Amino acid sequence: MRRAIDSIATSGDPRAPTILDALTAGRLSTRSNGAPVIRTDAGVVDAETGAPVPDATGLRPVRLNNAVRRTLEAAQGAIRLFAPDAATRAAAAEAVFKSRDANSLPALDRAIAAERDASVRTLMAQARAAALLASADSPEPDRLGAVATLAARGDLEARSVLASLGPQPAAVAVAAAAAVVSIDRMQQVWSLLQGAFYGLSLGSVLLLAAAGLAITFGVMGVINMAHGEMVMIGAYVTFMVQEAVRAHAPWLFGASLFIAIPLAFLASGFLGVLIERTLIRFLYGRPLETLLATFGLGLVLQQAVRTLFGPTNREVGTPAWMSGAGRIGGVTVTWNRVAIIVFAVLVLAALMAVLRYTSLGLRMRAVTQNRRMAAAMGIRTPWIDALTFGLGSGVAGMAGVALSQIDNVSPNLGQGYIIDSFMVVVFGGVGNLWGTVVGALTLGVVNKFLEPVAGAVLGKIVVLVGLILFIQRKPRGMFPLRGRAVEQ
Amino acid sequence: MSSRITLLLVLGGALLLAGLNLLTSGGHPLHVPTYVVSLVGKYLAFAILALALDLVWGYAGILSLGHAAFFALGGYAIGMHLMLGIAGRGQYGAALPDFMVFLNWKALPWYWHGFEWFGFALVMALLVPGLLALVFGWLAFRSRVSGVYLSIITQALTYALLLAFFRNDMGFGGNNGLTDFKELLGAPLSADRTRCALLVVTAATLCGLYLLARALTRSRFGEVLVAVRDAESRTRFLGYRPEQYKLVVWVLSAVMAGIGGALYVPQVGIINPGEFAPQNSIEAVIWVAVGGRGTLHGAILGAVLVNLAKTILTGQFPDAWLFALGFLFIAVTLFLPGGLMGLVRPRRAPEPAPPTPSRVVREA
Repeated sequence: MRRAIDSIATSGDPRAPTILDALTAGRLSTRSNGAPVIRTDAGVVDAETGAPVPDATGLRPVRLNNAVRRTLEAAQGAIRLFAPDAATRAAAAEAVFKSRDANSLPALDRAIAAERDASVRTLMAQARAAALLASADSPEPDRLGAVATLAARGDLEARSVLASLGPQPAAVAVAAAAAVVSIDRMQQVWSLLQGAFYGLSLGSVLLLAAAGLAITFGVMGVINMAHGEMVMIGAYVTFMVQEAVRAHAPWLFGASLFIAIPLAFLASGFLGVLIERTLIRFLYGRPLETLLATFGLGLVLQQAVRTLFGPTNREVGTPAWMSGAGRIGGVTVTWNRVAIIVFAVLVLAALMAVLRYTSLGLRMRAVTQNRRMAAAMGIRTPWIDALTFGLGSGVAGMAGVALSQIDNVSPNLGQGYIIDSFMVVVFGGVGNLWGTVVGALTLGVVNKFLEPVAGAVLGKIVVLVGLILFIQRKPRGMFPLRGRAVEQ
Repeated sequence: MSSRITLLLVLGGALLLAGLNLLTSGGHPLHVPTYVVSLVGKYLAFAILALALDLVWGYAGILSLGHAAFFALGGYAIGMHLMLGIAGRGQYGAALPDFMVFLNWKALPWYWHGFEWFGFALVMALLVPGLLALVFGWLAFRSRVSGVYLSIITQALTYALLLAFFRNDMGFGGNNGLTDFKELLGAPLSADRTRCALLVVTAATLCGLYLLARALTRSRFGEVLVAVRDAESRTRFLGYRPEQYKLVVWVLSAVMAGIGGALYVPQVGIINPGEFAPQNSIEAVIWVAVGGRGTLHGAILGAVLVNLAKTILTGQFPDAWLFALGFLFIAVTLFLPGGLMGLVRPRRAPEPAPPTPSRVVREA
């Protein structure tokens, strides 16, 4: 049986893959006269020719045991090494790598000679190395070369091959052990980098959520507990934009987020101006009352969204260019996380540019630094207050667009971020955008590095308790404002 | 004057309800169903929390957004005692609480020992919130964390506890919390008599704590406290140590909240991590604000009224409750700074309004 499979596999017959597939799937049978046939969904066909067999009776399925099944898998791998599709060939090489079947060495050698695609050839060479080391009769120099090839591959699978070699010549065993150590070291570096990426990603999310708060709380000193709801509204704007795009212009779907960003900014920003004019301006100088009133406002907004859109999560799609993941070295990066990191950087740069280079930013800074002097210079301070608050809220809305890609879009979306955002702003130091950046990234990275050690929830608790203690050591954050503005 | 009315209403009302429940039968026109007794008992337990919060917010100017944490800790202490009282009668019929059997634990964790005794659980219901408040307050007040910053870290505190109690490994029943209680001190919790007794005990405790808080705020200590609230730096320059006054009232308030929680749990029959949710703490703040911050009877009135409204609205119009609560927050802060009590008797000295709606904070 195993010899038969090998002869089919090495025959080069175009029907060979079909027959072996049928054997794997348990569809290969023999007729009463011994002729092999394949049962397909359309009917019974002759295994050798593919011609239909009309009077198929007395079929006996060909049974497999585990030894035969392993031979079969190797044989299928060998056949696929010559498939016209590069992805199939790569998968076949990986299969051989995993099975480490010495029988596929001749097929691999032929395949490597014929291969045009460099990356597939590398995979095949690695598979060949694994098979060489597993084979009983390969010479020592070949084995040493194989160890070097696997060490260069450097991932966990290569490590497991090297760590589980059978009896080897002494020199090969030593080389393999050294390779395992070097792979372990590389893996540590990669996992550190992977953790850093996760941390950076969480940090950028925190940064986005906190950037608006850094304006309203940090610069204006207004405690806006409805900040999370501004983020939530931004996410719902994304949802509505996508619904409209799906209904009227499906070809625009890839760009739907770019349409949503300015709209979310305008929606949340406009709401922010409205809130400032109707509520917050009556409460300046009374921070605790502001806190309570805006908390109430947050409840109203949540319930309003719940009434309008229902309490369940809304489906927000991810454009094709943002989905999926890639590998950079040993680090897996998901494209939506990368997009959010880039977006956070852009939002922050834009925010700083607005504050520093525009006339509005100049007025904002003037009003926060010395209100009366600014008013005396002819700045309409109430309008600047409203616009500053609108800017902070608008940034929160843009954060909502980003968060809609990684979190559930539900009326409770904002609640999950509000405590974290305040922590970031307070940790970084009130009134200082750079402090917010450092605060967000520190919290993100610390959180992600604590997670493997302590678990996700405990890690978060440790961070919170650490923050509570930190604020008590340094009540004004890492980068406190100095000078007159500090005095209350 | 107001104190006598408060005591009369709370204690008399509780006795009246309990009497009507026990002395009349089901069909009688004056009969009070048992669920109403427990409901009022729950309101009064909340009123204790409101009283505790008013003591720190109304008199010392410390806005705690995490007071429900102390309330819940007191509740968990009693809940643990009640849980051990189930022994052998749970779903699995084991000596360990059901959730521990479910987690495949073989023995009680060390921190559950002692809770078999009611007295120990009661002491813990006071001690645990008190100690947490002592450590937290000592750190916070010593480094002069105040105002909004303090509010935010109290919120972080209760949020951290929320996350911690959600964990199954903590050994407090995880997500489901502690429930299925059978009896307290030998009295079955489902019996009408037990329910009525719990209501009367809660009312009596509330009255006792009210008198204590009243005596405290009218003493010299209370006067210094108000001075700290209104002008902390000035009080410090006069030679007082504001952080010590704050710490004492903070710990006392946390212990009171713990007592409220301990009375709350037997009456509602469950305690779960949801009680730590930051929103619960903020809701407690609005009870005080509605009743009238800085008036002790106002806090009690606010807690009862707002919770009554919550019961009615969530039953009749579930969607309307959050709208109502939200607008209540806004309306009270904008139009009713003195709360309902401020309507009855205007403040002696109205706070000077800021000259313009400007940010005093930022001005040098």
